[in-house]
Amino acid sequence: MAHTDCGHLEQILVSENIPPRPLPDTRNAGEKFWIAAAEGVLLVPKCTACSRTFWHPRPRCPHCGSTSVDWIKATGNGTVHTFTVVRQSGDPYFKTKLPYAVAMIELDEGVRIMSNIVDTPLEVLRIGMRVEVLFEAAPGGIAIPLFRAQSRGA
Amino acid sequence: MTQGHLSGQVSVVGAATAGIGWDTRNSVSEIMAEAANKALDDAGLRLAEVDGVFAVTPYYWMPSATLADQLGIQPKVTDSTNIGGASVVAHVGHAVRAIASGQCEVAVIAYASTQRSDGGKLVTGADVLPYERPYGALFPISGYAMVMQRHMHDFGTTREQLAKVTVAASRWAALNPEALKPEPLTVADVLASPLVSDPLRKLDICLVTNGAGAIVLTSTERAKKLRKPAVSVLGTGESHSHCYVTNMRSFTATAGVESGKAAYEMAGLGPEDMDFAQIYDAFTIMVLLGLEDLGFCKKGEGGGMIDAGIGPGSRLPVNTTGGGLRYCHPGMFGIFLLVEAVRQLRKECGKRQVETARCGLVHGFGGVLAGNATVILGVDT
Repeated sequence: MAHTDCGHLEQILVSENIPPRPLPDTRNAGEKFWIAAAEGVLLVPKCTACSRTFWHPRPRCPHCGSTSVDWIKATGNGTVHTFTVVRQSGDPYFKTKLPYAVAMIELDEGVRIMSNIVDTPLEVLRIGMRVEVLFEAAPGGIAIPLFRAQSRGA
Repeated sequence: MTQGHLSGQVSVVGAATAGIGWDTRNSVSEIMAEAANKALDDAGLRLAEVDGVFAVTPYYWMPSATLADQLGIQPKVTDSTNIGGASVVAHVGHAVRAIASGQCEVAVIAYASTQRSDGGKLVTGADVLPYERPYGALFPISGYAMVMQRHMHDFGTTREQLAKVTVAASRWAALNPEALKPEPLTVADVLASPLVSDPLRKLDICLVTNGAGAIVLTSTERAKKLRKPAVSVLGTGESHSHCYVTNMRSFTATAGVESGKAAYEMAGLGPEDMDFAQIYDAFTIMVLLGLEDLGFCKKGEGGGMIDAGIGPGSRLPVNTTGGGLRYCHPGMFGIFLLVEAVRQLRKECGKRQVETARCGLVHGFGGVLAGNATVILGVDT
């Protein structure tokens, strides 16, 4: 785990007094995705050889095999493809969040990613509903993309 | 190339279970070897004749080597392929090819786990995709819950229809002396059980038990000289469409479409020829998807087929043991699907016997609908 910023980690633990959210291993082709998230930007990998977006980040395009992989800035808007409300968890962090929503979000850029839907009443969750990204700061200079119901007119 | 020339070349000649229960005292390797030995006894073959070893379990890093070590044998063919709960069903296809090509003569396929004794939770070697780790999806429960949600949305499948899968399983379990949960259940019972990951409830989920199973295969030519009716492997197919939920191409269809097509083509048969189906049921939605993707009904019509009945006395008997939902579920359930199919085709099933059983289908799923393997078995009548 790339938790280099220990001072920051300690600050979050003390200030929130709850166990930390499980964090991704960033030692892979997706490192830039997590770092950009800390700047409020949602990146999606796109192949410059075949012009297609894909998910998850990989060193080579899974459509054509090219190493010419770049990133595009996503709008942060998407549609709920499917979701579930988790009612039980053995994880120290998620136990404090029950019940919470896990969803597959179809981004407007044509890829489907997993996330949580937050700041949204669980009973309004629907397949097909429009959602928008927000970011939760995390230790190590990264942030975790989350989604919420899209505000009217967005 | 068509695989039809392999159809019927190899037969299952032994099948057994061992250590099924809540409080097994023996180790995983011991009950796995016990199942293998009992399957060999069932076949009337000696341990020294085994020269192909196929095994899977989340407990050991080289399962086929663990099994051969415990049995005290050195095989010519070894296979620990792991595609989750579909693994041993895929092993059948591999064993058919090894035996038909002369690479080995007698193959054992085995699975074991004591996960009930080891904490009562699913024991799995599953890893987590970094892009899923921060979000708290329960593995594999939330994945299946999202599949259920999407299927209900797209096709109008109801909670009641899915609950009926558990109810049918309880009716089969009541006829199975080996079943660990033979108590009757109603749709209301299932819908009153606690939500775990909406819309999936506790009674949509399999048991967590101990247990082991094994089957023995050899050439059909040799099988005809053995004491029990030869159960021929008529068709096999395997595939995986993804590993992680994030990369599922569809939340309503599986690679069972492809593995099933391969098995039917090899057998020269179709779903209408099957007298029963054993479809891996760690979650109720898996049975519905299996019925659709293996061609027993059209996509989206699985709910209606379940309404029409999959329990005892139905047109297509499904999961005649009570399945992972009510019989036993030591993790990767595939071996128990195979053992039951063999017992049905040999007419060894007592009260739960499907009288017309001449040909049946086994389908294993692994992970969150990732691994898929299909086997078609049949007997001469």
